[in-house]
Amino acid sequence: MSDITKQSLSELVENIKGKKLSSSEVTKAFVERSEKSKELNAYITEDYANALNKAKTFDEKPNLDLKLPGIPMAVKDLFCTKDLRTTAGSKILNNFVPTYESTVTQNIWNEGAILMGKLNCDEFAMGSSNETSFFGNVQNPIDKNLVPGGSSGGSSSAVAAQLTPITIGTDTGGSIRQPASFTGTVGLKPTYGSCSRYGIVAFASSLDQAGPMAQNVKDCALLHEVISTYDEKDSTSIDFKRNDYSKELTKDIKGKKIGIPKEYRVDSMPKEIEDLWKKGIEYAKDCGAEIIDISLPHTNYALPTYYIVAPAEASSNLARYDGVKYGFRAEGENLIDMYEKTRSEGFGAEVQRRIMIGTYVLSSGYYDAYYLKAQKVRKLIKNDFDDAYKKVDAILTPSTPSSAFKIGEKTNDPVSMYLNDIFTVPVNLAGLPGISIPAGHDAKGYPLGLQIIGKAFDEQNILNIAYAMEEKINFKNNITDWWIK
Amino acid sequence: MSIDLKTIKHISKLSRISVDQKKAEKLAGDLNSIFDFIEKLNELKTDNVEPLTSVAETTLKLRSDEVKSKNLRDQVIKNSPKENEDYFVVPKVIE
Repeated sequence: MSDITKQSLSELVENIKGKKLSSSEVTKAFVERSEKSKELNAYITEDYANALNKAKTFDEKPNLDLKLPGIPMAVKDLFCTKDLRTTAGSKILNNFVPTYESTVTQNIWNEGAILMGKLNCDEFAMGSSNETSFFGNVQNPIDKNLVPGGSSGGSSSAVAAQLTPITIGTDTGGSIRQPASFTGTVGLKPTYGSCSRYGIVAFASSLDQAGPMAQNVKDCALLHEVISTYDEKDSTSIDFKRNDYSKELTKDIKGKKIGIPKEYRVDSMPKEIEDLWKKGIEYAKDCGAEIIDISLPHTNYALPTYYIVAPAEASSNLARYDGVKYGFRAEGENLIDMYEKTRSEGFGAEVQRRIMIGTYVLSSGYYDAYYLKAQKVRKLIKNDFDDAYKKVDAILTPSTPSSAFKIGEKTNDPVSMYLNDIFTVPVNLAGLPGISIPAGHDAKGYPLGLQIIGKAFDEQNILNIAYAMEEKINFKNNITDWWIK
Repeated sequence: MSIDLKTIKHISKLSRISVDQKKAEKLAGDLNSIFDFIEKLNELKTDNVEPLTSVAETTLKLRSDEVKSKNLRDQVIKNSPKENEDYFVVPKVIE
C-alpha cells in the first residue's frame, strides 16, 4: 500500500487489526514521510530508529485487542517522555531528559501506540503562531511561510501534513483549537480535570488541558477515550464516569439545542468569518438541531482576564527554572547573578514578558487590583456559561477571528497576537470542553474552523454534534506537498 | 496607568531576570500596551463577586501518606547542569 500516510487513524487501526498492514509498514511510511518533510520543522526531536524497532517488536507478537495497536505517533514536546529529551520549545530545557513519563502519553503507549518523536511548539506553550519556539518557526502545510497556529503548531502541522496519523496537544487559551482551525484539522480541548496534567510542562495550572488533534472527529473521539482517565498523581484530576467516546459516537443530534452567542459577533470580524458562522448554523439546522440565540455578556472581558490569570500562574510555575536542578545554566558571579543570567539567557522574549506581567500583577500593592479582580471577572464569565446552559446543550462559534497569517506578520505587536484567542479563551476560563472542526475556506483558500463548546464533562455531546456537522460540511483539506522536493 | 523603567527594574529583580537598559525600554513599551488592554476590567463592578480560584468544584481527595517511589537520587541528580556525586552544585553562598 503506497498511500499508507493518507489513511485516517481509524482506517490504520482497522487495517492492522485485520492484518492487512503491519505496524512496521505503517511506522516506516510515516517515518519516511516525516524525513522528507524537514522543511516544515514540525519535529524538535526525532526518535525514528527506536520507533521502527518498537514496531518490529510489536509485529513479532501483536496484541490486536489494543485501541491503538502498533500505531506510530509523534507528540507535542510539552509532554515528558521517559528517556527522550523534552524541551517545551525552550533553550532552558534544551538538554532535559525526563526520568518519568506523563500520564497522558503513558495511557497512549499502554494502548499499543509507538512514539516517533517530539513536535515543535511555542516556548512553554506561550504563543499563537509557533514563532516563540527556541527551535524555530513551523511551516503550515497549507501554504509556504504561513504560521500553523500555536502553541501546538508542530502538532497541527504534522497532522495536517500526515507526518503522524494523529497527535496530542495542550490548550491553555486556545492552543489546540486555534492551530487546528489554521490547518484544517480537528482539535478537542477537554473539560478541565478530564486529562491528567501529570508530566506536562506547566504553563498556567488552572487552565492547562491536554487533548487530541486529528484529521477527523471519529479519530479524535478514539484518542480522547484513551487519554481521558482519572489520575491520583494530578490533584485536579476529576473522578467522573468517562464514556467510550468513539463507540458511543452518533450523528443523531436531532432536537439538540445549540446556542449562538451574540457577543461573539465582534466589531472587527471579517465577513468571511461571519459567513462561515452563518453556514455553520445552517449545517446544524440540517442535522436537526434547534438554534437558540443566547447572550454571554462578559465575553469581551475574557482576554484581559486571561492575560492576568495565565501570566500570574506562569510566573509562579516558571520560578522552578533556576539553573540548579536541571536545564540550562549561565555562569554568574554569585548565586543571584547565576539565577538572573540563567533566566535572562534561557527564556525567550515572550516568556520573559509573561513572567514580568505575572510577577507585577502578583506583587505587593497590585494583587487586589489585578489578580483578585481577574478572579472575580473569571467567576462572571463562568456564570455566563452556567446561565446559557440552562437553555442550550452546546454553543456554536467561529474558532478564530481570521484564517492563518504569514510568519512575522504579528510578532511585533503582542496584543494583536493575543486577539487570536478571543473565541477560545473564555472556554478555558470556564473549564469547559470545546472542539474546533474545519468548516470552510477563505478567499485565499486557507481553512477556517468552527468551535462547538459543551457543558463540563459533556465531551460526548460536542463530539456527536461535530461528527454530524462534519458529514454535512464535507471539508477537504488542500495539501499540495509543496515542501517535498 | 504607566509602567516606568524603575518599575521594570523592580519587576525584573523580583522575577530574577536580568535586564539591560535596551531590554527594559522594550519591555516598558510592551507591558504598557498590554496593561492598557487589561484596564478594560475596571469597567466592571465586582465588589460582591466571589473570586473563582478553581473551575473544578471538587474537594481534594485524601490518600494515605506512603512512599511509592524510592531510591530516586540518581534520577533526580541526572539532569543537574553541574553535579558533584550526590549534590547539586551552586556558586559559593557563604563567605
